[in-house]
Amino acid sequence: MNSRLSTWLAKPTTTMLLILAAIIAMFAFLSPTTFFTVSNAQGIFSNTAILLVVAVGATFIIITSGIDLSVGSVLVFSSVVGAQAMAAVGGDSLGAILVGLLATLVSGGAWGLLNGVLIARAKVPPFVTTLGTLGAAYGLALVISGGVDVRSVPGPLVQFGNGRWLGVPVIAVIAAVIATLAGLVLATTVFGRRTYAIGSNEESARRAGIRVERHLMSIYTLAGVLAGLGGFLSLARFGTTTIAGNTNLNLQAITAVVIGGTSLFGGIGWMAGTAIGAFIPVVLANGFIIQGVVPYWQYVAVGSVLVAAVLLDQRRRRRQLS
Amino acid sequence: MNADEADLILAARGIKKSFGRVEALRGADFDVRRGEVVALMGDNGAGKSTLVKVLSGVHSADEGLVTLDGHEVAFGSPEEAREAGIETVYQDLALADTLDSAANLFLGRELRRPGVLGRIGVLDKRRMRQEAREAFESLQVTVRSEHDAVGNLSGGQRQGIAVCRAATWAKHVLFLDEPTAALGVRQTENVLDLIRRVRDRGISVVLISHSLPEVMRVADRIEVFRLGRRIGQFITADVSAEDVVAAITGAKDMVQFEEGQAL
Repeated sequence: MNSRLSTWLAKPTTTMLLILAAIIAMFAFLSPTTFFTVSNAQGIFSNTAILLVVAVGATFIIITSGIDLSVGSVLVFSSVVGAQAMAAVGGDSLGAILVGLLATLVSGGAWGLLNGVLIARAKVPPFVTTLGTLGAAYGLALVISGGVDVRSVPGPLVQFGNGRWLGVPVIAVIAAVIATLAGLVLATTVFGRRTYAIGSNEESARRAGIRVERHLMSIYTLAGVLAGLGGFLSLARFGTTTIAGNTNLNLQAITAVVIGGTSLFGGIGWMAGTAIGAFIPVVLANGFIIQGVVPYWQYVAVGSVLVAAVLLDQRRRRRQLS
Repeated sequence: MNADEADLILAARGIKKSFGRVEALRGADFDVRRGEVVALMGDNGAGKSTLVKVLSGVHSADEGLVTLDGHEVAFGSPEEAREAGIETVYQDLALADTLDSAANLFLGRELRRPGVLGRIGVLDKRRMRQEAREAFESLQVTVRSEHDAVGNLSGGQRQGIAVCRAATWAKHVLFLDEPTAALGVRQTENVLDLIRRVRDRGISVVLISHSLPEVMRVADRIEVFRLGRRIGQFITADVSAEDVVAAITGAKDMVQFEEGQAL
């Protein structure tokens, strides 16, 4: 076996891909006529898309050995800002929709930049910083919306958000394009390489002349922009803000990233793994519902997969670094 | 400039550096000649690390003059020192443990693909791997598996990679801070050989070490520090280990000092 193939097989991402395949095979076997259908696959893709967009940002952050707990709140905040911006412009024009897109991206990015400045410049630990912005962004979303979901999303946007391209849900296509681009940035560019270097050893990176602070700020800002985009896609899909509906999106994103083989210790991670990790909870939930299993079991299952993934990661590290 | 000074690649004169009320350097001189291995010795607190940090841009001196290749320099940061051709390997090696050897060699100096791809930041992994292989081969540093993260390699190999990286980028001077402190006998041997090969390439090596046997074997000259000053300069071939120890501990202070001046 050549070394490339064996390294590939040794990656936790590969293990998780096999586990995902096994889960799909199991449900396909148990309910071939309902689970293994085009329309069910479309549903699964739609349900994964927004989580994947947010998890892409979380992948970069966790590779730097950071964490972002604020993404769910930031998503809600920016979707409220976006919905209100579109309502303020009024009408169903493309212009209004683009203003909404810009508003979500900018407001998401602003929270991300705030996280980045606090973490990289003020040296407040990422956990604490984003725990703070988690509360603050959610609170401000409630303040500016009065706690009531904004439902005035332009019709064409909702049509777009529930549309399909060649049978694939549009938002899934968008998420796939973003994950692919981000995966390429991570794996093949200077920016990606330095992201790994910082997570591997921040001090070494600094001494090698890498501008660690600036790099961290860009990454947290990027994660904020992606959360903003997630907010926009959420508006497009549901036609309303979902103020109460994204409270544990942060944990879902982290779960997806970690299941996908990215190490919470930093320096190691793969975007393809994150995509797989985003699918596993969604497929489990979907399959359980079709099977008539009480859907709450998905949390138990996902929790178990998560802990197993981390155990695997630690064992591998101990074996390698001993 | 006389012939002797022209031979100096790096020279420090009258360097003073205090931290609060602690005077770490009290008018220290230091010489590095072209293409030599010079050992910097002294007991703990003699000012060795402070001197290295001043000469590698980590600290700036309160007073004194530093010349590199005959020109006065004052480094405001380690980056400036590195751009001027001075590299330092500290005991922690500053490697990124989860990245492979080539990625570490080019850490912060990544090569990009030619053309548009390079402009958007795409790495030239093949060329980096190729050049890394050549760099390691030219200094005979063995890297067990080039795809392996360096965190999985032995202490000796990691040291080899760190020294090779610094030697690859150092144009003039390479500082090594106790490079063998954590190594076994055979690995120490490899590092000493590596130091000689770096010198033979024309790069001056400053070896900070407590190990007199090692210094006696690899260094061309020895400069001894005590209490923030240089108190002796020796040509290794002309001096006994006892004399060096005496200088370090201060047992024969003035005598050695005068002999040192006579060098």
